[in-house]
Amino acid sequence: MTQGGYFHSVRLDLDKCKGCTNCIKRCPVEAIRVREGKAQIMEERCIDCGECVRVCPNHAKYVVTDGLDRLQQFRYRIALPAPAFYGQFRPDVPPGAVLAALMAVGFDGVFEVAVAAEAVTLATRAYLERGMPRAARPLISSACPAVIRLMQVRFPTLLPHIIPIESPMEMAARLAREEKAREWGVNPREIGAFFITPCAAKVTAAKQPEGSLVSSVDGVLSMSTMYAEVLRRLADVNPGTELHRSSGAGIGWGMAGGEGRALGTGTVLAVDGIHNVVAVLEEVERGTLSDVDFVEAQACVGGCIGGPLTVQNPFISRVRMRRLVEEFGRRSPGVDEAEVRRRFRQGFFDMAKTIKPRPVLRLDEDVTRAIRKMDRLEKTLARLPGLDCGACGSPTCRALAEDIVRERAFETDCIFQLREQLEELAERMVQLSRIVPPALSRDKASGGGGGGEPEDRD
Amino acid sequence: MLEFEVRGLDFAAVGEASGTIKRTLQQVGMDASLVRRVAVCAFEVETNIVIHAHRGVVRARISPRQVVVEGEDEGPGIPDLEAAMREGFSTAPAYIREMGFGAGMGFSNMRRCADHMEVSTQVGKGTRVRLVIEASGS
Repeated sequence: MTQGGYFHSVRLDLDKCKGCTNCIKRCPVEAIRVREGKAQIMEERCIDCGECVRVCPNHAKYVVTDGLDRLQQFRYRIALPAPAFYGQFRPDVPPGAVLAALMAVGFDGVFEVAVAAEAVTLATRAYLERGMPRAARPLISSACPAVIRLMQVRFPTLLPHIIPIESPMEMAARLAREEKAREWGVNPREIGAFFITPCAAKVTAAKQPEGSLVSSVDGVLSMSTMYAEVLRRLADVNPGTELHRSSGAGIGWGMAGGEGRALGTGTVLAVDGIHNVVAVLEEVERGTLSDVDFVEAQACVGGCIGGPLTVQNPFISRVRMRRLVEEFGRRSPGVDEAEVRRRFRQGFFDMAKTIKPRPVLRLDEDVTRAIRKMDRLEKTLARLPGLDCGACGSPTCRALAEDIVRERAFETDCIFQLREQLEELAERMVQLSRIVPPALSRDKASGGGGGGEPEDRD
Repeated sequence: MLEFEVRGLDFAAVGEASGTIKRTLQQVGMDASLVRRVAVCAFEVETNIVIHAHRGVVRARISPRQVVVEGEDEGPGIPDLEAAMREGFSTAPAYIREMGFGAGMGFSNMRRCADHMEVSTQVGKGTRVRLVIEASGS
């Protein structure tokens, strides 16, 4: 489903929305307004980060994923669980058991995204060894699609800093299809690759990729749905060890800091939580981080384990993830380094297209007109109370001023402005009511009350 | 025109003026390289006031072809302007350097990013900086 030419995985359930201001205040790109008692997502701005899904107290925001019925459209099916999936289960459930239970749901094979993450780590190392122009430092990870889209909208000048290597999700789909087609001796087109996602951002990335022409992911399943499916089958499966190939380095990608740790080279700055990411990117833009080589930025607090489609508290999953990283840290990686390097040189890991800016925050396409609007915006803003109460339906007074200039709102949408105008009107009404028409006033000479008369007349 | 009051030693607020100027220019749709250069200039002007002066203002005048960034402060002034212009020259005390400020790159960064720079200073009174950043191709 595409709306206005841009696919969005984050949607609004109008019946559940009460028109409160929780979501408008938290959106990192100010893409939500409340109008006529309901939230409205501005399609052109939304980056599908899922922040509003998390903060909505009425669960009116939801994430569109594929249903399990989509599996029927493919002759052969592979599940691609994100590393964060392992952190959802009790500590006595090993990854091998999770994968075996996944097979039982109706897949012919599994391919861990953690394995693809190991390959991406090796490819990134090879990329860093090439040596970078100083202007593009620090390099920024391409793994979190919400961060990529945030940069398209708010930090277009930083787009050249993004490492042009595909994400583990995308690489997992490619590697899985290739491997299974060979293994099973079948046509790769008959294989459906299904990613099990912790978030909305990756749904959008699969349906409408920014770095590749077409995604290799055929379907995206919600982690919370798959958690329930797996849980039901855990008791009946035999946790074989052959399904689980990933090492601690790949599993660690599921939590904040894991990608940088796996990389193991250079100075890494790891930041998680979309508002923290904004603050760090502002520093990068200012050029103050020359001592940092690599920025690992993730939109969700805690990394992917904090995704809006996860079921477990991210701090609890983090403990479990850390244990897994330690337990499988020393075993050999699930991919062959020489092979990854060879294919990296052939361009197998490269993004197929450059990520372009989306200048949706611009006031006008014409700079002169935009400057005039900005002037009006500043003057309007000066008249607003500066309380950022959100009662007008815009997230801040500044956003309201912007909406007014864009002719999407009125100054009287501000309840304080409205009250002031009402007050003025009321005063004027009182004044008007005091005026007595000449035909009704009995004593014209006294000037209507005699207030002007000297008191010592008698 | 955008105008911001800046207080001396208010390090927590460093970046507020330049950040707002940067966002404004982006919203107006100015060329990315111009935005970057203006942001650097505004940041250096702002930081100089915080490090050295008692109080001051940072202003940005925006027109389609150029942006003028001005800083005006009440402060000690600069006794040796020529030395202050040299890269790496700094009179910032040690505790400010420890915070990562005062590396003596302020004026050289401004000169690198601005097309025109004027500095007038009066010891014991204050300093005025005016920077003109032209849009490329104009």
